[in-house]
Amino acid sequence: MNKVLMSGNNVIAEAAIRAGCRFYAGYPITPQNELTEYMAEHMRNAESGVFIQSESEVAAINMIAGAAATGVRVMTSSSSPGISLKQEGISSMAACELPGIIVNIMRGGPGLGNIRPSQGDYFQATRGGGHGDYRTIVIAPATGQELADLTMDAFDLADKYRTPVMILADGMMGQMMEPVIFKKPTPRQYPEKFMLRGAGTGKSKFIRGLLLDPIDSEEHNWKLARKYEVITKNETLHEEHRVDDADLVIVAYGTAARIAKGAIKRLRDHGMKVGLFRPITLWPFPELKLRALSAKVKDYLVFEMSTGQMLEDVRLALQGYANIEFHGRPGGAVPTPAELANVVAKIYDRKD
Amino acid sequence: MIVKTIFSGFGGQGVLMMGISLANSAMSKGYHVTYLPAYGAEMRGGTANCTVAVGDEEIASPVASEPDYLIVMNLPSLFTFQNKVSAGGSIFINSSIIDARPNRQDVKTICVPCADMAQELGNNRVANIIMMGAFIKKSNVVSPDIYLKNLETIMGSRKKTLAEINRKAFAAGFDYIKD
Amino acid sequence: MAKIVFKHPQSLKENIYHYCPGCGHSIVHRLVAEVIDEMGIRGITIGVPPAGCAVLAYNYFDVDMIEAPHGRGPAMASAIKRCLPDRVVFSYQGDGDLAAIGIAESLHAANRGENITVIFINNAVYGMTGGQMAPTTLLNQRTTTSPAGRKKELDGHPVKVSEIFSQLGGTTYIERCSVSSPAGVNKTKKAIRKAFQCQIDGLGFSMVEILSLCPTNWKMSSIDSCKWIDDVLSKEFPPGIYKDNIAEAKNTAEAAP
Repeated sequence: MNKVLMSGNNVIAEAAIRAGCRFYAGYPITPQNELTEYMAEHMRNAESGVFIQSESEVAAINMIAGAAATGVRVMTSSSSPGISLKQEGISSMAACELPGIIVNIMRGGPGLGNIRPSQGDYFQATRGGGHGDYRTIVIAPATGQELADLTMDAFDLADKYRTPVMILADGMMGQMMEPVIFKKPTPRQYPEKFMLRGAGTGKSKFIRGLLLDPIDSEEHNWKLARKYEVITKNETLHEEHRVDDADLVIVAYGTAARIAKGAIKRLRDHGMKVGLFRPITLWPFPELKLRALSAKVKDYLVFEMSTGQMLEDVRLALQGYANIEFHGRPGGAVPTPAELANVVAKIYDRKD
Repeated sequence: MIVKTIFSGFGGQGVLMMGISLANSAMSKGYHVTYLPAYGAEMRGGTANCTVAVGDEEIASPVASEPDYLIVMNLPSLFTFQNKVSAGGSIFINSSIIDARPNRQDVKTICVPCADMAQELGNNRVANIIMMGAFIKKSNVVSPDIYLKNLETIMGSRKKTLAEINRKAFAAGFDYIKD
Repeated sequence: MAKIVFKHPQSLKENIYHYCPGCGHSIVHRLVAEVIDEMGIRGITIGVPPAGCAVLAYNYFDVDMIEAPHGRGPAMASAIKRCLPDRVVFSYQGDGDLAAIGIAESLHAANRGENITVIFINNAVYGMTGGQMAPTTLLNQRTTTSPAGRKKELDGHPVKVSEIFSQLGGTTYIERCSVSSPAGVNKTKKAIRKAFQCQIDGLGFSMVEILSLCPTNWKMSSIDSCKWIDDVLSKEFPPGIYKDNIAEAKNTAEAAP
């Protein structure tokens, strides 16, 4: 497979189709329209591929839930305000244990906000987002290549745990073109017993989230919780960049982590030993990995394009064992590596 | 080494095409590359711009806060971006329709009457390719051969005559810049 | 040997209904199950029950079912049908589910001409939540959220779903029936069968709106409820065929290469 130059939105769509996604429903919203358009164009060329431009994000998420129930690999995508609308269906998919991929190309918020890149949806993504006791796996790629690889992996994770998986990127990741190479997808493994395709001559099945008996419902919640424990144990992903000799480590994900890498280069040129800890899965958060790092590094700067959301997970992970500073640019502002380098340099000088 | 370039102009001047062709050429040469278009509401109303970063190392931020090169195809673009260009950087100006000149002394200014030259070639739409010829000559980000090969690949299976006129346009821009 | 004239439909589980005495759901469930039996489509039918009293329909229908969040049945059913075009897919919806919270999903599924069947129960009141105003509640009808009767100035007018949907280019067959009398019940069953056949023949969106009883929330006896449907409710919502493009759609389908 050759290297191709593609926008992040198109990369996600192409990776999904290659991974066997055969049902997509979505509603246009900037800055992810290219993803929907790509699906409209290419899903019809895929065997048994279905594309529906839905009447709303609410309809789209429920469409993919229905399609997932039939055993098809499914995806929907949107940007922040649209993801708020999808929460009903995401909660429902988690309850009914339906696999599916939800892409959030984040923009500035709250409310309609703006269409610039932002990271304000961290809480919504990692805390479930909708009502009830559930979690969604949240993957935060930082390069075009990761968008390709992790989108494919997301389908496998969704199947493996029968749960919705969110790909959390931002307007910059969606719009930016980078060279990518698409890997060969792994063959799908999803048992037919979870598919709703008509009873045939056998026993009829039903898929539901409504459990009126509180004891049944409690057991269902614990069952989901046990599943989330397994995911937490087995599925965290993160990157450590130049931490070996670091005196200070920046914690950042997605676009913010790219900016941090640029800042680290500048800082190192000036003799400051700074590294990066980049969570790739935001839920499960690579908590133990970060805590392990605190055995040697005692100073951290959390950098987010928000007012400080992942910051809370970093605090929970470090549990007071290290010093934590924060720098944030919410609302669609994208700082430069130079700006971040200045912020870090000040902290670096201050510490003992 | 990381080189950042901003291309800016009216919608329809082929500004995004300039960026995409450069990005593809650099990619085929094995460079790290990012291409970031302006998008959404800011594109409505007729202006377009994009940023291309080319490097031999991983590119952290695709945003160019201090571009090495700025190519302006219309006047508003000059006003919007001239103060961002890094000291010692270069500004390429479509001097056919831009009379103003940068008010900075620390950047090089390269005037290319690419719209007039396109008219002389008999195709108004190749002004952007003429400018690319001048830009490639001056910046040397990729070789002219690589650029032209990639340009043809992106243009795809469209008419051969188009490849021909593009080649001519590129040569005109390339030769316009004297060493 | 005596001829069997009445038996438990195969497509209905043997569970005892949780519905109130006199409730129309029990009748319509049975009709749908009988039609599924008669058409021999139990094994290929997938049902989508709503939020509302019929949320537990999967306890009764012995076909594959998936519960939809409130109002989203037609979105789900659309997707299921698109993925499995040779299955028979129906959504079962109440008046709140279809005409209030799910009007967008319902209208657009109809307008896209999705080849699904909607069974629409209109009883002019919210049953499951305890008798609140529905979009189909009549003017001056008292409910727990219109204690002085529905006022058009404040609450708007009853939503006439069959009339509206019949205007949409995507719909093929729309009929309004009532289960307030034996004749009405028979007619309803015929309509349901016609709707399913429309789908099986690949002719597009079909809907049967059924004026149904809710004696509990109407605070009436079952007999009075039937009378109220005939005398009052069916005046606002006249039964009849609102759209029947089946013949036309068949011709178009046959003419297609």
